[in-house]
Amino acid sequence: MNSSTPIEHPVLQMQNLSVRFRSFALEDISLDVRQGDYLALLGVSGAGKTVLLEALAGLVKPAQGRILLNGKDITRDKVQGRGIGLVYQDLSLFPHLTAYKNIAYPMRRRAFTGNELHARVDELARLVEVTHLLDRFPGTLSGGEAQRVALARTLAADPQVLLLDEPLSNLDVKLKGELRSVLRNIHRSGKTIIHVTHDFMEAATLANMVAVVENGRLIQHGNPEEVFRHPRNEFVARFSGIKNLFPCRVEEYSADQGLHAAYVNDMVSIYYIGRDGHKHGYVMVPQEDIIVSENPVESSAINQLQGVIREAYLSGSGMELVVDTGVPFVVAVSRQSQEKMKLQPGKEVWLSFKAAAVRFMDS
Amino acid sequence: MLHNWKTSLLFLFLSGLILLFIVAPLAGMFLQTTGAQYAETLADEEVLRSMRLTLLSSLMGVIIFGMAAIPLAYVLARKQFPGKGLVNGLVDLPVVIPHSAAGIALLGVISRGTWVGQAGEAAGIPFVGGMAGIVVAMAFVSIPFLINAARDGFEAVPEKLEKAALNLGASPWRVFFTISLPLARRHVLTGLTMMWARGLSEFGAVVIIAYHPMVTPVLIWERFASFGLAYARPVAAVFVIVCLIVFVLMRLLAGKQVASRHSEE
Repeated sequence: MNSSTPIEHPVLQMQNLSVRFRSFALEDISLDVRQGDYLALLGVSGAGKTVLLEALAGLVKPAQGRILLNGKDITRDKVQGRGIGLVYQDLSLFPHLTAYKNIAYPMRRRAFTGNELHARVDELARLVEVTHLLDRFPGTLSGGEAQRVALARTLAADPQVLLLDEPLSNLDVKLKGELRSVLRNIHRSGKTIIHVTHDFMEAATLANMVAVVENGRLIQHGNPEEVFRHPRNEFVARFSGIKNLFPCRVEEYSADQGLHAAYVNDMVSIYYIGRDGHKHGYVMVPQEDIIVSENPVESSAINQLQGVIREAYLSGSGMELVVDTGVPFVVAVSRQSQEKMKLQPGKEVWLSFKAAAVRFMDS
Repeated sequence: MLHNWKTSLLFLFLSGLILLFIVAPLAGMFLQTTGAQYAETLADEEVLRSMRLTLLSSLMGVIIFGMAAIPLAYVLARKQFPGKGLVNGLVDLPVVIPHSAAGIALLGVISRGTWVGQAGEAAGIPFVGGMAGIVVAMAFVSIPFLINAARDGFEAVPEKLEKAALNLGASPWRVFFTISLPLARRHVLTGLTMMWARGLSEFGAVVIIAYHPMVTPVLIWERFASFGLAYARPVAAVFVIVCLIVFVLMRLLAGKQVASRHSEE
């Protein structure tokens, strides 16, 4: 789903890694991260994802297993000089230092002349767009600003792998969008990133690889499409809203209502309410917001799509249908409805949903 | 909490009483000393010499012993080890034992018969009856104030900041000096001030190790014992005033640094 293609050889390898810390335990994690990968590590909060990052960074000693960086065993190496940069969820900016000094912190004066240091801080500040904030102290920065400074500070150490712990979790929708583009810029600059999140949308729109952790075990990994279309178990399937996620091209439809049209594959148009200024992105239609009918219905739902049922299968207490409208929609219906309306493969149906139910994410 | 006026009145009354208890004797001492006596005392070479000795000895104690006490405070704040409770208790020991007993105990270590004492003699810094002994005695009884304050300060620094600094490539040494110590600065400065203030007011331990050269608390005692209250009071009043001035100045200094950092934030 991402433009930059990773080179094949693994930069970071976890081999049968087990980490135990207080109540958290991660068991037998084996995972390769390739150079240039953007890996989203998905799991519910408290699944021990943070501890895994700390283990990779060397701040927590693994109970078992190995960590390899470029083929070299770094499991027992010291924290410093590992080449793995960690941005904590709470950012941990140094409160007594300005944003500038925070960013400059990893750069020992020995290795840089004053001018080089200044130029490097400046370059990083531009990358994350905090040039105007360099004289400020962390206490005076907003959440989004602090997040950027923390990113710049970790990048200043020039890590081979960048670990991000829930980087978007404390931000409002607008800031999330802005920070996503910052993260994409960083990724595009060639950094290998591991991004811990509990939000499948975040994972699907940023990462080219996802790994799902449940009860301390790695259940499934692969590219987002693969994982979400073919969830290995119920837990992975719970991130199922992702099924109706489509890359799209955007056109403004009605300015005064904020109504936009998203073209998927240039065939199907989906209307949504959102902000201007995006040409491309993703739209996501939550399964539970889609109504299935045999004929077009007169309702306030502006999105009306005709399609053919391709598949129908049991899912939990109800049914799931795959409806081909030009793009495949996955919808949930109760078994009663399925029987009453005879919703079988081959049948033509209409799908309707409100523009307000559609989520848009820029790319 | 204070719902009815009777309780409020009682609390107010007791609070006033306690404040009076602290202030009245000191105020009495200052007021009973005449201007002429102040002038005379300030011109008394023996008094001035003793005050210089007292202030300087305490300061040296803070500098020399504080160097090692701050790392200890850090270890106590950060590391978990068996017997930590015992170590914390040991740190407080100098506060709870009688200070004359502390002096006797110290004498057992630094008297001329011991290798420490002999090493001191050989190096030209005799402990017993010398400034070095005074420094040791003052530091011994006052060091818990520094250790406890600094430990509280380090405990208040989020460990994550240190982890983050390590992750950014800083050595533990650099983390301590650029993150932990600056962030605990206020507590450490308070601790240093308290240690210094406690050291210069020490009588019991000092008098046992070094009656001469005479620190001011010993001088006050000597004048009282030899000549009576009227002779001891002016020295006491002047010394208390000097201590208060220095104490207030240091508090202001520490407070200002903290305040300026807060305004930056």
